[in-house]
Amino acid sequence: MYEADGKFDEMRTVDGSVRPAYRDYRHWYDQQESAFLSRKHREAEIAFRRTGITFNVYGEQEAEERLIPFDMVPRIITAAEWRRLTRGIEQRVRATNAFIHDLYHRQEIVRAGRLPARLLHDNDAWLQHMVGFTPPGEIYTHVVGIDLVRTGPDEFLVLEDNARTPSGVSYMLQNRETMMAMFPELFTRVPVETVSDYPRRLAKSLAACAPVAAAGCKPTVAVLTPGIHNSAYFEHAFLADQMGAELVEGSDLRVVNGRVAMRTTRGYEPIDVLYRRVDDEFLDPLTFNPDSVLGVPGIMDVYRAGGITIANAPGTGVADDKAIYSFMPEIVEFYTGEKPLLPNVETWRCADRDSLAYVLDHLEDLVIKEVHGSGGYGMLVGPAASKRDLAAFRRKLKAKPQNYIAQPTLSLSTCPIFTRRGLAPRHVDLRPFVLVSPEGIDIVPGGLSRVAMRKGSLVVNSSQGGGTKDTWVLKD
Amino acid sequence: MLGRTAHGLFWMFRYLERAENTARLLEAGFHMALTRDVATAEEEWRSAIEAFGLRAGYEAKHGTYTGHQAWNYLLRDPENQASVLAMIGAVRTNARAARNAISGELWEAINESWMEISGLLARPVAQGSVGEAVQIIRRAGTAVHGAMNGSMLRNEGFHFARAGTFVERADCVARILDMKYYLLLPSLSYVGSSLDTGQWDQVLRSVSGDRAFRWLNAGQIDARGIVEFLVLDDRFPRSIAFCHSALRDELAALARIHGTEGTSNALMRESATRIADLTIDGIFEMGLHNFLLEFTAANGAIADAIAEDYRFQS
Repeated sequence: MYEADGKFDEMRTVDGSVRPAYRDYRHWYDQQESAFLSRKHREAEIAFRRTGITFNVYGEQEAEERLIPFDMVPRIITAAEWRRLTRGIEQRVRATNAFIHDLYHRQEIVRAGRLPARLLHDNDAWLQHMVGFTPPGEIYTHVVGIDLVRTGPDEFLVLEDNARTPSGVSYMLQNRETMMAMFPELFTRVPVETVSDYPRRLAKSLAACAPVAAAGCKPTVAVLTPGIHNSAYFEHAFLADQMGAELVEGSDLRVVNGRVAMRTTRGYEPIDVLYRRVDDEFLDPLTFNPDSVLGVPGIMDVYRAGGITIANAPGTGVADDKAIYSFMPEIVEFYTGEKPLLPNVETWRCADRDSLAYVLDHLEDLVIKEVHGSGGYGMLVGPAASKRDLAAFRRKLKAKPQNYIAQPTLSLSTCPIFTRRGLAPRHVDLRPFVLVSPEGIDIVPGGLSRVAMRKGSLVVNSSQGGGTKDTWVLKD
Repeated sequence: MLGRTAHGLFWMFRYLERAENTARLLEAGFHMALTRDVATAEEEWRSAIEAFGLRAGYEAKHGTYTGHQAWNYLLRDPENQASVLAMIGAVRTNARAARNAISGELWEAINESWMEISGLLARPVAQGSVGEAVQIIRRAGTAVHGAMNGSMLRNEGFHFARAGTFVERADCVARILDMKYYLLLPSLSYVGSSLDTGQWDQVLRSVSGDRAFRWLNAGQIDARGIVEFLVLDDRFPRSIAFCHSALRDELAALARIHGTEGTSNALMRESATRIADLTIDGIFEMGLHNFLLEFTAANGAIADAIAEDYRFQS
């Protein structure tokens, strides 16, 4: 018996009927033999192992490569829901890009008194080197991942903006491939928007951001990876492969004649656009961390001289800090002149004395996050926390309140997953991927749905045992 | 193509070839041990270990040469960096690093082979499983080469991979032949005398050439014939002549793609001319051991020149 425990279930309404998004799927599902579904469930894991879609976990020698659990029930979104979402995402991404440009130039938003200057000075991701510099096409956030959660039929909220190096898009693509291989007939019965051209759209979007130095010829795009031991290496290799771009490491690159060039079998050849999956601090040992071997000595000088496009731009991380997040509604309004279409999750900034008092009083009901943290690490989920954890966080909050924000424990929507006992509801979120170039904002109809595989759990991060699902946007 | 990627592909196929040759040699040793007395078997295992330059490492660990110790050392010992398990692991690591330069089919063939072999070699291999292990390793080689031939673009990457295969295969065959040389020696002074055919067989088996040899030389079995077959017969795909002819083709293809010849092509031409002029009498005149020494040095120099010509390292 499928019984949703959350406030909103993606498949089932409160009175037990199937929502329109799932009508065709559910109809198909009910016609399948359970033995067939169980077999497919096992097949999926074998398929993922065989193709080597794994992620690496730091500090685990035994299981150096792990699989992210894949659930074979799709997360389905209707065309109308998607249209509404994309309008909100576009508005937010446009504002974010304008915001970063402003921060590194006149800082109008601070002058206007809409954002405290302290947030820039306290921000680890702030890069002095970017001040006064405008990247090619005025684009900072070439690829963005917006994490959304749903709490009701029309209530999608933004939980996080990933403006540095959002990952997971390879799972969006591979999950779809796997679904199509396992259930071909499903795709003839349910009209689903395609996601497979994401790499082509990414390549096009990146090429449109080529620097002046590339004028007149087809831009050379390369993907910079920290190497095969990085947790997202599979994705780096996959995207490079799908884009027909070179996959380079720091040791392949050097500055030659004022350009960043890669060592090929023919000699050094210049790169125009570097889609880097290496953090800012490792990008250039001459400018940032001198011990880094992952980057390219001198790349920042080439960048500032217009010799290369770095995507996403260095210093973009200022915008995905969680303290900045709490100001996103103001930021959207300031740069677009419109009311935000997608609301934030209510957020208490612990730096404010009143908020801190409230948070300390309601710790058991709240989620506490580190301002600079990510990936579900360093987080407290009040309702699930032990007395010891609560006490520990109480001390941390009092010691460094500005390092924390608090949010209500949201009742994230649930979505069915396949279990040995049939369908069961689990909490999900959604990360659509957004491409930004001077030619416009491009959102592939789909995304990564992350799902908490344990009953009742609200943590969907893969590093914490979360799984993924194929995400369907239905055609009209 | 990136120099690093070319490097990775070249070595990926060298590692694969070495793993496969180790398995073939091991298979021969295993067969020998089952059919011969203990002393001969022990000698056979010693020579198998020595052929790949592993004697010091082995003897630091084991005082005796028993089959169980020897095949486990060759197949899976964590202290043996050239074990089949380590080689296959290196093949997969290189394949991951060159993931976007190889076809999906090739990657899957490598990944599946690795899963199967690492599963099989996770625990010590008992006598009853040696045959299965060898078979799986050989099959992995076949699957990987098949996937490559059937799915890879004939671009640089393909030729670097093939060049690695033939450099390594020629090297392995030369090493094995050198190691078995002493078996052939007595017969050189007694041409036509009936040396134990089991030992002949063993030399051929070590490079999986026993059936092909018998097929080509029905009845005629002698040292000259065997050496001629393994060195000069370009019909046999594991002979030195065959490997070098194939390597020459790969290097020529690379030069065509690049529009220019490098040191590797010049060295290759030199070595190929040398082999073309060789006769079996010439080889015995200079001494098989000396010939093989000279050959492995030339082969190594070509490999170094490839790395240099195509910027494997900065």
